[in-house]
Amino acid sequence: MPKDSGIGASPKRREDIRFLTGLGQYTDDISLTGETHAVFARSQVATGIIKSIDTSAAENMPGVLAVFTGDDFVDVGGNPAGWLINSRDGEPMKEPKRPVLAHGKVRHVGDAYAAVIAETAEQARDAAEAIEADIDEQPAVVDMKSALAGGALVHDEIGTNQCFDWGWIEDNRAATDAAIKSAPHVTTLELVNNRLVPNAMEPRASTGVFDPGTGDYTLYTTSQNPHLTRLLICAFVLGIPENKLRVVAPDVGGGFGSKIYHYGEEALVLSAAKKLGRPVRWTASRSESFLTDAHGRDHVTKIEIACEKDGTFLAFRTETMANVGAYLSNFSTATPTFLHGTLMAGNYTVPTLYVNVKAVFTNTAPVDAYRGAGRPEATYSLERAIDKCAQELGMDPLALRRKNFIKPDQFPYAAAAGLEYDTGNYHALVDKLEELADLSGFEARRAATKATGKLRGIGVNTYIEACGIAPSNLVGVLGSRVGLYDAATVRVNATGNISVMVGAHSHGQGHETAFPQVVADMLGIDEGSIDIVHGDTSKIPFGMGTYGSRSLAVCGSAVVRATEKIINKAKKIAAHMMEASEQDVEFSEGQFSIAGTDKSVGFGDVALKAYIPHNFPIEDIEPGLEETAFYDPANFTYPAGAYACEVEVDPDTGKVTIDRFTAVDDFGNVINPMIVTGQVHGGLAQGIGQALLENCTYDENGQILSASFMDYAMPRASDLPLYTVDHSCQTPCTHNPLGVKGCGEAGAIGSPPAVVNAVINALHSGGHTDVTHIDMPVSPARVWAAMNS
Amino acid sequence: MTKLSMTVNGKPVSGNVEGRTLLVDFLRQDLHLTGTHVGCDTSQCGACTVHVNGVAVKSCTMLAAEADGADVATIEGQANADGSLNVIQQAFQDHHGLQCGFCTPGMVMATADLLKNNPTPNEADVRHHLDGNICRCTGYHNIVKAVLAASGQDVDAVAAE
Repeated sequence: MPKDSGIGASPKRREDIRFLTGLGQYTDDISLTGETHAVFARSQVATGIIKSIDTSAAENMPGVLAVFTGDDFVDVGGNPAGWLINSRDGEPMKEPKRPVLAHGKVRHVGDAYAAVIAETAEQARDAAEAIEADIDEQPAVVDMKSALAGGALVHDEIGTNQCFDWGWIEDNRAATDAAIKSAPHVTTLELVNNRLVPNAMEPRASTGVFDPGTGDYTLYTTSQNPHLTRLLICAFVLGIPENKLRVVAPDVGGGFGSKIYHYGEEALVLSAAKKLGRPVRWTASRSESFLTDAHGRDHVTKIEIACEKDGTFLAFRTETMANVGAYLSNFSTATPTFLHGTLMAGNYTVPTLYVNVKAVFTNTAPVDAYRGAGRPEATYSLERAIDKCAQELGMDPLALRRKNFIKPDQFPYAAAAGLEYDTGNYHALVDKLEELADLSGFEARRAATKATGKLRGIGVNTYIEACGIAPSNLVGVLGSRVGLYDAATVRVNATGNISVMVGAHSHGQGHETAFPQVVADMLGIDEGSIDIVHGDTSKIPFGMGTYGSRSLAVCGSAVVRATEKIINKAKKIAAHMMEASEQDVEFSEGQFSIAGTDKSVGFGDVALKAYIPHNFPIEDIEPGLEETAFYDPANFTYPAGAYACEVEVDPDTGKVTIDRFTAVDDFGNVINPMIVTGQVHGGLAQGIGQALLENCTYDENGQILSASFMDYAMPRASDLPLYTVDHSCQTPCTHNPLGVKGCGEAGAIGSPPAVVNAVINALHSGGHTDVTHIDMPVSPARVWAAMNS
Repeated sequence: MTKLSMTVNGKPVSGNVEGRTLLVDFLRQDLHLTGTHVGCDTSQCGACTVHVNGVAVKSCTMLAAEADGADVATIEGQANADGSLNVIQQAFQDHHGLQCGFCTPGMVMATADLLKNNPTPNEADVRHHLDGNICRCTGYHNIVKAVLAASGQDVDAVAAE
């Protein structure tokens, strides 16, 4: 019998009511008295020297209040990269300044060089078009290989387009090279991890407010992590004291990574609000989102797998070029390195590996973490290469994987890429996959498909990810400039209901429903009396926000720790109320009692006593019942999974249709199965979208060719199947109190290789055995070309 | 400026707008009905779907002036008279058919349009009808189930066909 409340239950989401009735409050839904509107003038060329910007016509347009250019921001700081990467030779990465508005040079299409503030958005838009910018277009750097070959520079002052040349693990390089040189078999695969645009459905928006009476700023913004945004604005860019800036991220319409980062528009609306003494609003159009949101992926990779003739892995070697775009976005240097290279051992007992990543500046939008962030790139190259290896060895792809899996009794396991996986059972995942995906029935389905003139293929893969980002001590050693703990405050009110203030931000993940399940279980009270407060730095403790599948594993652990403190203090108060010793007080199901007696007080009675402390031992216990905890994880968490995809390929058109998709994941313990399943669904859609549809492309001049939903193929309802999702194989995390691992990114990490493996398998069944790889997106044109080359 | 009046969610409203004002902007900015969202600028995403004279319309494709005299329905007017969720809204909550909620008003309005014209759609009908409404969160699985449930059909039986 499933539980109907608490941990493991699936209560309906309470936040749904406001979203379903139109009462959500997204940033652009907030109107303020006296508000003005900002519109940006953006570069239409990939790069060029700004010779002059004439704003006089714009300034005299109706309703215009102010025009800003890069000149207005030369004295403020740049938007920094959050992670310092050192090259193999020990040199620190190249870190050019990222200004609020471009100054001297524009570096990608969409790079903002001016902003107009006007009474209405329409007036601001009209005036922005009247700005006369004399920009001398320069040769653009678009392709990574040419960028590294010399010639034009994205940033003249650093003298190279290479941001860093990183090796992981440098000490393993010689051993890896030697193992590959002497191996009985080496599989080599070159592939592209296609550039994606996150495309949260809510475009970015920011409203800046300045109160001249107090000197306080407020920023309403579409952020996944309001405190991190505040820190970046205050400590690096504008120099506002942190206690004078309140950042509010209200309801946020999806993030997927793109709303982790601080963007220049946020600094602009704050500066403009101060200058004008009025609120300044800005909302991106979808076109602006395509041009300026941080993009994802964009790797060009060569991977080699060395193995025995029986398939035993001996070494993996990866060489990757990672596009960082024109400027370093906040996590852009961590994503292709410590979120990618450290995962290259996969689920396997490979003895050694080496990863080389060259990060490359180009005249394109910045590239940063997008759902999965580095881990999809690692999983895709490794799991595609393993499939190719299996074909070359004549082995079943699952058998090759099983042969090399870390065995259940080997955990904790120090993997060759440097991470220690605490728990896992990959054999169990694959066993479950075989059952749920009905792998034994595949040949019959293939025969049925063949009778229709189509080709059916099956693709399988496993994945490992490092989530619950992240242990501060470890990431500090690796170059992170911030800590990655999280925080929670549990405030028990006098009347017994509870507010839980959390550092994590919910923008679809259902925290408002799931976090109360945890607190309710611990306190034995109705979860309906517990509310979650998030997204406002004036209300919540300093937490680091939501990304990297971290909310429950890190912030949820802080909630547990804070609730434990509440119980401990409440026990003291209850002991006093029952005139007993604290050590004798037991707490269960919301009642404090003394064993062996009939003495008992309820949680609500204790709460009331805490706030009305009459006859209260003030010398021993403070009044009130409110506790804060910061939680810094001891390790990453290691969700893993096994996925199977079945496709049908139409040989006449090359069109791929997904017929079945099965995802078996180990997320450790699960708090709300309904929400977890929904998270997997969404991740699968993004992974399948990457594999079949999505592709952000620039032409050789740096013009983006896919900057609207008419040009960029977002997955739509008819592109996707119903999924089979299972998370019953659970090896709980050993180092956080809930035993949870995180589920937000799994689907996007695990699914692309399964899709491509399935397409290759289908083509082989049709006799096209010479086709060993097709780059994503596996579009009809590419499949048809592969079959007819 | 153009003077206009219309009925929105059963109530008469009027306003003065520029000729270029889109219906969605009139709803959001003049009437403060911010449940109707703007997710793109090419009429692709469907977040701004409303009903005009009983027909689903992407309100970013229509000038406010074109709706002069029309009967407009938005997400704010969809709940039952007692404030409880209507059948479609309830099905979306029951089946976890929304995550961030941004596309949701458009999905609900598009679903109402589908079920009006096709009270018992199959899975393919639902997917086809919702092709003009993009959701980035759910992967559509639970949206499809919610729509089938809202039609009163046995969801698992229809989805398995």
